[in-house]
Amino acid sequence: MKKLFIYTFLIVTSIATLVPFLWMISASFMNDGHASVFPPRFFPDEFVITQYERLFSRLAITRNFLNSLILSVLVTFISLTFNSMAGYAFAKYRFVGKKKLFNLLLSSMIIPGQVTMLPLFLMLKSMGFINTYMAIIIPGLANIFGIFLIRQYCLSIPDSLIEAARIDGASDFLIYRKIILPIATPILATLAIFTFLGTWNDFLWPLIVLPEDSMYTLPVALANLMLEHTKDPELMMSGSVITILPVIIVFLALQKYYIRGIMMGSVKE
Amino acid sequence: MKSSNSKVAYFFLAPAVSAIFVFFFIPVIAAFIISFTDFDIYTLGDFSTLRFIGFDNYLRLLNDDLFWTALKNTFYFVVVASPLSIVVSLATAMLLNNKLIKFKAIFRLSYFIPVVTTLVAVAIVWRFIYHYDFGLVNYLLRIIGINPVDWLGNPTWAMPAIIMMSVWKNFGYNMIIFIAGLQNIPEELYDAAEIEGANWWQTFKSITFPMLAPTTIFISIITIIGYFQLFAEPYVMTQGGPLNSTLSIIQYMYQEGFRWWNMGYSASIAFFLFFIIFVVTLIQFKFQKSDSLQ
Amino acid sequence: MKFVWKISLLLLSAALINSCSNKEGDVKTIKFWAFGVEAEYVSMLVPKFESRNPGIKVLVQQIPWTAAQEKLVTAFASDNTPDACQLGNTWVSQFTSLNALASLDDFILESTVVNKEKYFEGIWETNIIDDKVFGIPWYMDTRLLFYRVDILNKAGYNHPPKNWDELLEVCRKIKSLYPGKTKYPIFIPTNEWATFIIFGLQAGAELLKDNNSRGNFSSNEFKEAFDYLIQFHKEKLTPFGMLLVTNIYQAFAEDYISMYISGPWNIPEFKKWMKGNLSDKWMTSPLPGFKNEYPGVSLAGGSSLVIFNKSQNKTEAWKFIEYLSEVETQLEIYKLINNLPAVKDAWEDSVLKNDIYIEAFYEQFQKVKATPKIPEWEHIVFSKLQQYAEYTARGVMSTDEALKKLDEDTDRILEKRRWFLSRKR
Repeated sequence: MKKLFIYTFLIVTSIATLVPFLWMISASFMNDGHASVFPPRFFPDEFVITQYERLFSRLAITRNFLNSLILSVLVTFISLTFNSMAGYAFAKYRFVGKKKLFNLLLSSMIIPGQVTMLPLFLMLKSMGFINTYMAIIIPGLANIFGIFLIRQYCLSIPDSLIEAARIDGASDFLIYRKIILPIATPILATLAIFTFLGTWNDFLWPLIVLPEDSMYTLPVALANLMLEHTKDPELMMSGSVITILPVIIVFLALQKYYIRGIMMGSVKE
Repeated sequence: MKSSNSKVAYFFLAPAVSAIFVFFFIPVIAAFIISFTDFDIYTLGDFSTLRFIGFDNYLRLLNDDLFWTALKNTFYFVVVASPLSIVVSLATAMLLNNKLIKFKAIFRLSYFIPVVTTLVAVAIVWRFIYHYDFGLVNYLLRIIGINPVDWLGNPTWAMPAIIMMSVWKNFGYNMIIFIAGLQNIPEELYDAAEIEGANWWQTFKSITFPMLAPTTIFISIITIIGYFQLFAEPYVMTQGGPLNSTLSIIQYMYQEGFRWWNMGYSASIAFFLFFIIFVVTLIQFKFQKSDSLQ
Repeated sequence: MKFVWKISLLLLSAALINSCSNKEGDVKTIKFWAFGVEAEYVSMLVPKFESRNPGIKVLVQQIPWTAAQEKLVTAFASDNTPDACQLGNTWVSQFTSLNALASLDDFILESTVVNKEKYFEGIWETNIIDDKVFGIPWYMDTRLLFYRVDILNKAGYNHPPKNWDELLEVCRKIKSLYPGKTKYPIFIPTNEWATFIIFGLQAGAELLKDNNSRGNFSSNEFKEAFDYLIQFHKEKLTPFGMLLVTNIYQAFAEDYISMYISGPWNIPEFKKWMKGNLSDKWMTSPLPGFKNEYPGVSLAGGSSLVIFNKSQNKTEAWKFIEYLSEVETQLEIYKLINNLPAVKDAWEDSVLKNDIYIEAFYEQFQKVKATPKIPEWEHIVFSKLQQYAEYTARGVMSTDEALKKLDEDTDRILEKRRWFLSRKR
């Protein structure tokens, strides 16, 4: 009996979480005006791909897709490098000011990112980087959360391993590359997916610094479409599908790491 | 050995730390300074028009009706959505943790999908789901026999609509953390309770909830901080309306700063928000400390 | 291995980033921004220009109207302005005051295509700031009344309303035609500031005072106009705003609304939706006037062509502007988009003379006024006026309170302008 109750609740919740997406996908394959009906349709009368055609040809969304893809990949790679180096240093090295620096970084996580947006905008403008990829890459070079995660993980790497390599004559950088990185692969994978998703889904910042159509990332292109084409739900749904699909794919492939990352982030020292 | 260690350490740290320093800390300080000026569109054309105006921006904030509206809306959102989100995620976590249930992975996955999806895309879908005539929500209401609601066009219902969507989107995230927390509770405690004949509610009150306290505090802190930064939902779904009932602080900051280019004013809004988040977090920390002292 | 990966990716990205900027070489590329529907059609006109001018390529960028002003200011703020663009003529003064535009007098002196006499005087004048020309009028528009002839007939009107009283009366009559149904005689959304300003101007209001440095919306004249329009909301003669009416043209065709005050860009869409036996059931007319004046005053709108100061290709951009100003091109654009030529000679063509919907525009153009030419104008009307119109329409505020607060907000917005003016003295 209890079982039935629980299952019902879980299934109803499942339906609630999935139905909007199902409707979204279904509407994206409908003709103009077919989604604005009562009662709402769940299956298209005629299954068409006109909306997608419009997106890719007239509205040139391929470029936006590429922007999102390239930026997400670039930022992930670069920040992974920077963060892992710093995280390793915090975990395995002793140096002056280590504790102070780390605490400073950690406590600054409370500052909302929006505070930095204006000056960062002016800074990038003076460097001529507005409306280029650099405007997204630069603020994404490193982040405190990433450093924290990596440090956490590296702490559990046995010192003996590192010592042994050092005795063998390996340079510090070699140790980092050949020993630390391979061992830290799980956490790197976790951070990679966090960063990728974060960059792909980012909205406010790209909205500010990539003002030209062709430079838009997908979320910004989508919002722009929305504000302009309020009357076309079918078109908007196809745009949403294109934006969400890669994210879902990446997530499904690497969900193990993502979920582990959330749990790790929640375990305080 | 130690000194060369230091040098190497700095080498490893340099890229990340200098990036954070130059592109995070310095802008924060710059924003602080800008908030004491009247930096605006004229300044961009001619820098000499910049004036230092001391606390004027902040004083103006305190007298600004629209700012207070945004503040009120944001607080409304945070105060309602946070507990709601926490309760839903805790409930689902507990149910998913139950021994009797199979297919856990599938359920977990479906609850988590909204979390990873792009907020803008989702907000757009919900904008149509909330449509008065053709939306799914009103369709359901009509089936149950309740009158349809103009969700996004009615000042009373717009913010609740956004709250519901936000909870729907985020509860999966906290659910995962709760599951981890639940799994850390020793089985023996539950066995003992069962032996003593405790019912579900009593077990929850005396074992589950207290044991989850650190997790709950952690979750509430990150949830609240996140919710204060409400932006995309009102931007995409309601543009802050109707009647400014969904205007959020960050939205107001964005409008003033990047739409009307009152950058000094916008910076002061951002710092005000930071100040609020800081105080609220501090209060939560104190709460946790006093709690654990008991 | 991983390192090689990264380096090559970084190089790739650098290359990509570089490719986003203008290429040097024998071919000069000019970036031209156009808004809304115009942009699509301007692109169609480009090949002819390019074949006449080998060595110049034109990249047309399309910006939606709703975001245009914002994007332009952002572009200016981020040093990303195009070479030339179409600019709402009420914005020319704004960008001039920011030193964003190049003055065009030298180009005009040498030109055979563009000179003052070829244009309607009032429109040419809107582009002159401090005795220098900063924009060339491209097309004109103004706002007038679109209405359903058949519905008005049913309400006992065989002519469009000629003054405020008639407008109100015909709306009431139309409403009584549909008891119990959700139909609206007119569409006066609170998120379209133009209508409020137009009626204010009709009533003789001076919108700003003290050399455009203070709000004057509490004046009796403006109050009268404001109250008049809010009346339509109070009597439920119009829906509130955008969310309820997502597609105006569909609403018009389904007589969800029967009248709408707007500009010529709507004509193609109206034509599209009012087809078949609906095609002769709608018409345009000049605006009803205040008291006995007819037609009533409307806004002097339109777009100008401007060149940005930071452009490296001013000469080439000017050639494109000349091309767009030729009578032939102006007529082409009219045929494509229904934008009304700013060049007087174009109006002699039969295409224009024979369009029944255009007649009203020609009449209205004789009675247009400009809005204050200050950079803060958009901020005031778009952000504040619309907000207070909504508050009053929904009954949250009284008119007096709303207009008083509007003036307060306006004063605050204009504070820096007042400081400038005091410095100049």
